[in-house]
Amino acid sequence: MAVKTATGAPARLPAGAAPGRGGLWAWLNKRLPIDKFLVEQVTEYYAPKNFNIWYFFGSLALLVLALQLVTGIFLTMFYKPGELTSFDSVEFIMREVDYGWLIRYLHSTGASAFFIVVYLHMFRALLYGSYKAPRELLWLIGMLVYLALMAEAFMGYVLPWGNMSFWGAQVIVNLFGTIPGIGGPLVEWIRGDYGIADATLNRFFSLHVAAIPLALLLLVVLHLVALHESGSNNPDGIEIKEKLGPDGKPLDGVPFHPYYTVKDMVGVGVFLVLFALVVFFKPTLGGLFLETPNFEPANPISTPEHITPAWYFTPYYAILRAVPDQRMGALLMLLSLVSFFFLPWLDRSPVKSMRYRGWISRTALALFAASFVLLGYLGLQPATGAYVVLARISTVVYFAFFWLMPFYTLIDPVKPVPERVTYHAH
Amino acid sequence: MAEHAVVAEDEVDLSRRKFLTRATIATGTVGAVFAAVPFIESWNPSERARAQGVPATLDLTKIEPGQMTTTVWRRSPIYVVRRTADMVARIAGHDELLKDPHSENSKQPPYAKNALRSRSAEFLVLVGTCTHLGCLPKQRFSAGELYPSWPGGFFCPCHGSRFDLAGRVFSGSPASANLVVPPYQYPNEQTLVIGVDERGVA
Repeated sequence: MAVKTATGAPARLPAGAAPGRGGLWAWLNKRLPIDKFLVEQVTEYYAPKNFNIWYFFGSLALLVLALQLVTGIFLTMFYKPGELTSFDSVEFIMREVDYGWLIRYLHSTGASAFFIVVYLHMFRALLYGSYKAPRELLWLIGMLVYLALMAEAFMGYVLPWGNMSFWGAQVIVNLFGTIPGIGGPLVEWIRGDYGIADATLNRFFSLHVAAIPLALLLLVVLHLVALHESGSNNPDGIEIKEKLGPDGKPLDGVPFHPYYTVKDMVGVGVFLVLFALVVFFKPTLGGLFLETPNFEPANPISTPEHITPAWYFTPYYAILRAVPDQRMGALLMLLSLVSFFFLPWLDRSPVKSMRYRGWISRTALALFAASFVLLGYLGLQPATGAYVVLARISTVVYFAFFWLMPFYTLIDPVKPVPERVTYHAH
Repeated sequence: MAEHAVVAEDEVDLSRRKFLTRATIATGTVGAVFAAVPFIESWNPSERARAQGVPATLDLTKIEPGQMTTTVWRRSPIYVVRRTADMVARIAGHDELLKDPHSENSKQPPYAKNALRSRSAEFLVLVGTCTHLGCLPKQRFSAGELYPSWPGGFFCPCHGSRFDLAGRVFSGSPASANLVVPPYQYPNEQTLVIGVDERGVA
């Protein structure tokens, strides 16, 4: 039905004037601005035309969010929170609910997929300077989404009430005990008992299925509103709004729909193939997505051999353990997360994208990415001998990336940025 | 524009309006804080949890010399070791290898802040969770069990923290503090009560 122009782009029609949309559609639009919204935010929302593979992960994160909400709602129908019921109800879902195993594996694999997608999405921002002005707030809201996601994942991990759930909760909640003065009473308040107990499990359940998802949804909406206000960055780090055509539209932009909806569908297809491979063939991914000790019920008087959090928290866990003093370790772990928030103001480079930055910024980013991955690996290993030494070196590299940034980005030999985005027609 | 206004624009007392706005915000904030109290308080341990957290009693006659038993108080494992004279002797003489030999930076009631970290030489009472990250240290009481100079004590399998027979942490362990001593007392010769002492219930 859509009218095409000579260039192939959909014709811009005044809102509500689309052919074949009389009667009910007009009645609706007079009362709810559906057309206006779609035109402004989708069909005439201009995104840079030079997006590459790194730009798949935002829409994939939305897909995984939807998947987690749907599978989570269904799991809640069968799961029974409680010290005596949690573990059994998960086994019930796995063995006796029709397709319960699939719904649960979709949810557990979805949790890991969420972090993979979000980490790649964040790396994209580091690569192309997407956190720099005018997108500082977009970055900050994104970081809040990441924090909410971490809380959501941690509490979700406790719910099956396996032995790693229990001891993971023990270690993480005890971290609050390192806060001077209020630590002890604070930990008791969080747990609602003198140890990790039924009370803790039930409040985590409430937060996991209601409070945090609501916050997460709100933050994601704010993230998208902020994105559409400033517009997407791109691999060249050029503001497409500064080069407008005679029609007032960005010369280097294309309407989000149909150009990027179609492109994102390809990403979704590839993602779902990989996702299905894990769900159907390797749902535990060798103990990485679902840890082996968690197939044993929670036991307050028996610790697993090695207490490790799920893989997506291990970089921070490795930083915690790299410090010989527990309070300093907890503080450094907190700082490792907080550092991300300062990024827009630590980066003094006149250039956004790594394409036009010099070797110093590039090396710094490569070292940071390597240290993050290495810390992630070390967090899964016992904290002994050479592992600790490596974790300490990686921790120094991790923090150097952030806190030396104001200096190295100033002396970095940057290249001239082109006027227009680099783009080769396919 | 101001056709419906009762007073002309220049007659509006802006400072009064500003004061009233601020006073309303301040009152509303105080109300919100008070309204939050019941929700925050609801997270405290419930009456039931507090009732189940009463002191735990242990019959000491059931522990043989050199043995350890584990009981539970407030969801924490409590280690009770009946130390022999030989075990007590092995606590002395390695102060220089310890992080906190005099328990200055460790948690214990005043009556356990001594060389043996206990009320009596015979019984050692400890909270059995590693002060590092909360794992359960294992008993390695025999001399030389871990390495030739090992004086006997506890070993945490998670991250390798080592403690002596008074629960004091050895240097080179990831744990920074000695094992915690809970409040306890002996109402009579044969009985140990954990969670209460002359200072009252913990």
